[in-house]
Amino acid sequence: MDAKHRGAAVDIRDVTKTYGTFTALDKVSLQIEAGQFMTFLGPSGSGKTTTLNVIAGFTDLTAGEILIGERSVGNLPAHKRNVGVVFQHYALFPHMTVAGNVEYPLKLRKLPKADRARRVAAALAMVHLTDFAHRYPAELSGGQQQRVALARAMVFDPPLLLMDEPLGALDKKLREWLQLEIKRIHRELGTTFVYVTHDQEEALALSDRIAVFNKGRIEQVGSGRDLYERPETLFVGRFIGESTVLTGAHETRGDETAIKVGDQWVGIPGRPAGAGPQALLLRPERITLARPGTGAVAGTNRLPARVTEAIYLGSGVKYEVTLADGTRGIARMTLADDHFALGDPVEVAWQKHEARLLADDGSSLAAQSGEDK
Amino acid sequence: MTRLQRILIWIFCAGVALWLVAPTLVIVPISFAEKKSLAFPPDGFSLQWYANILNSPDWSGSIVSSLKIAAIVAVVATVIGTLAAMGLAKMKAGPGGILRAILITPMIVPGVVLAIGIYAVYLDHQMVGTLVGYVLAHSMLAIPFVIIAVGASLAVFDTRLETAAASLGASRITTFFTVTLPLIAPGILSGLLFAFVTSFDEVIVALFINSPTLKTLPVQIFASMTRDSDPTVAAVGTLIFVLTSFTIAVGLWLGTRRRRS
Ligand SMILES: Nc1ncnc2c1ncn2[C@@H]1O[C@H](COP(=O)(O)OP(=O)(O)OP(=O)(O)O)[C@@H](O)[C@H]1O
Ligand SMILES: [Mg+2]
Repeated sequence: MDAKHRGAAVDIRDVTKTYGTFTALDKVSLQIEAGQFMTFLGPSGSGKTTTLNVIAGFTDLTAGEILIGERSVGNLPAHKRNVGVVFQHYALFPHMTVAGNVEYPLKLRKLPKADRARRVAAALAMVHLTDFAHRYPAELSGGQQQRVALARAMVFDPPLLLMDEPLGALDKKLREWLQLEIKRIHRELGTTFVYVTHDQEEALALSDRIAVFNKGRIEQVGSGRDLYERPETLFVGRFIGESTVLTGAHETRGDETAIKVGDQWVGIPGRPAGAGPQALLLRPERITLARPGTGAVAGTNRLPARVTEAIYLGSGVKYEVTLADGTRGIARMTLADDHFALGDPVEVAWQKHEARLLADDGSSLAAQSGEDK
Repeated sequence: MTRLQRILIWIFCAGVALWLVAPTLVIVPISFAEKKSLAFPPDGFSLQWYANILNSPDWSGSIVSSLKIAAIVAVVATVIGTLAAMGLAKMKAGPGGILRAILITPMIVPGVVLAIGIYAVYLDHQMVGTLVGYVLAHSMLAIPFVIIAVGASLAVFDTRLETAAASLGASRITTFFTVTLPLIAPGILSGLLFAFVTSFDEVIVALFINSPTLKTLPVQIFASMTRDSDPTVAAVGTLIFVLTSFTIAVGLWLGTRRRRS
């Protein structure tokens, strides 16, 4: 079998889901290519699980359409969709052995016995659980149970595999190891994977593309790099990685936009996309800290600040600074750069084109409660 | 724990155990009595009362009737009670709670009150002393026990397993038989047992609706006791005691064996 052609494309069109007056999904549209590793990332309650559930058929949608491999699945009950699902809570059948669990979907598909045995063995080998075939789920650790769940969800070769925070209940070491396993299995199977996580590092480590959810909508879809370097909304910029966000009144000056931070104006090439308040987003690597009045370069913005935290990272130093207007900033410097101590007055400097001008959507770190979960 | 404490606990437990089984054990010697008397301790030894069970159509007939009725009731009440419990488990807490309370009333309403009601209706419809009459009345009494036993199993059943089964390709029916049923089977089995015993043991309603042609064992025992002091009662009691003890022992043995494998 050609691994690259086994996955199914998924097309989500204007899917809306309401519970009473509450809108859990608001016209969500998303295309997932065949064989892609797509991750849903977003704060708690943003609609990730709901989206997964409507794809799997566990939840009816209020409006819209979903196609799995060209086929509209709107009226298809969950058990006819042929979609593998891995749950955060494992959901293994406690009255069946590991082999019994993995064999279950094959029995339902009425495969001959020899075929079933062969496939169960192959699936268990894939998750390194061959020696555990005759154990019951209660006799396994959390990580082992989740690997059985993974084997069970893929043993019937579904063209699409959905995973809802499958590693959420596991400790960090195990999580990292299983991430690698999942990535390897994805590569070997060529199945389309849709993966839900709270954890942005996990999303960055695993995915071809990431869809960032916020309040029942998708804010942006792109590779991890796209989302980090070219966020399209302030929410995405803040949610992925670390950033410094500057806000204030703005005006257009020729080809440039100027923003008033405290009592100082900083410039950025380009004009705002819409009306309304604007914000500047800066990644920590783009910022240089300098001693006040030294090393001024043309084309850079400079704002006075004070160092409030210095964290040694091994590969460099992360500084937290507070600007004159109270804004918190983050800069990452290499070990070769100048060193600063707590309380040092500094100037935060960056090349004008290295910031991003985004509409200020009022998102704040506090609202992104799911970020570090 | 000191040695003394351990001995005291032993004595206490033995006392409670004796208290629980003593009434049952008293009937065993009486069943072997030589004279027609229920005096305890009895004089002499004979097996005549056991022979009497077989020879007297009153006794053997009522035992067969009771077993037959209880078996049918067990099946009917278990099927209906299980379906009811599953429906209740899927309902919202408020209306579900009210419906559950209504379904359980036969357990709470005094037996005599139910018996009078049942008797009045049965008289009008010529159902006194019929098999259908017994089965209907006893099933009504037994269903609440099944609902409670199965409901307890369903309360700890993880319904997410049904979602998982659906994702693996199982229809609702298949999911019920391959996932739900095996996992709530202990509750269903104890419901079945309760239903059987409820019917087998039932006196009040049975006294009202019995007829000379169809009467259950408790009615026969009651009649025998009020008429004369016939140790056949003790013989029947001993037989039932031995049979139930044996059944429970086998059940426990199977239970532990399954768990170990
Ligand atoms: N059955 C339901 N009835 C009412 N509201 C619901 C129901 N299921 C989900 N919701 C709401 O829909 C919203 C989206 O829920 P969803 O489970 O998709 O969030 P999520 O992104 O998966 O969050 P988390 O990361 O915490 O799992 C939430 O606000 C939730 O309260
Ligand atoms: Mg969720």
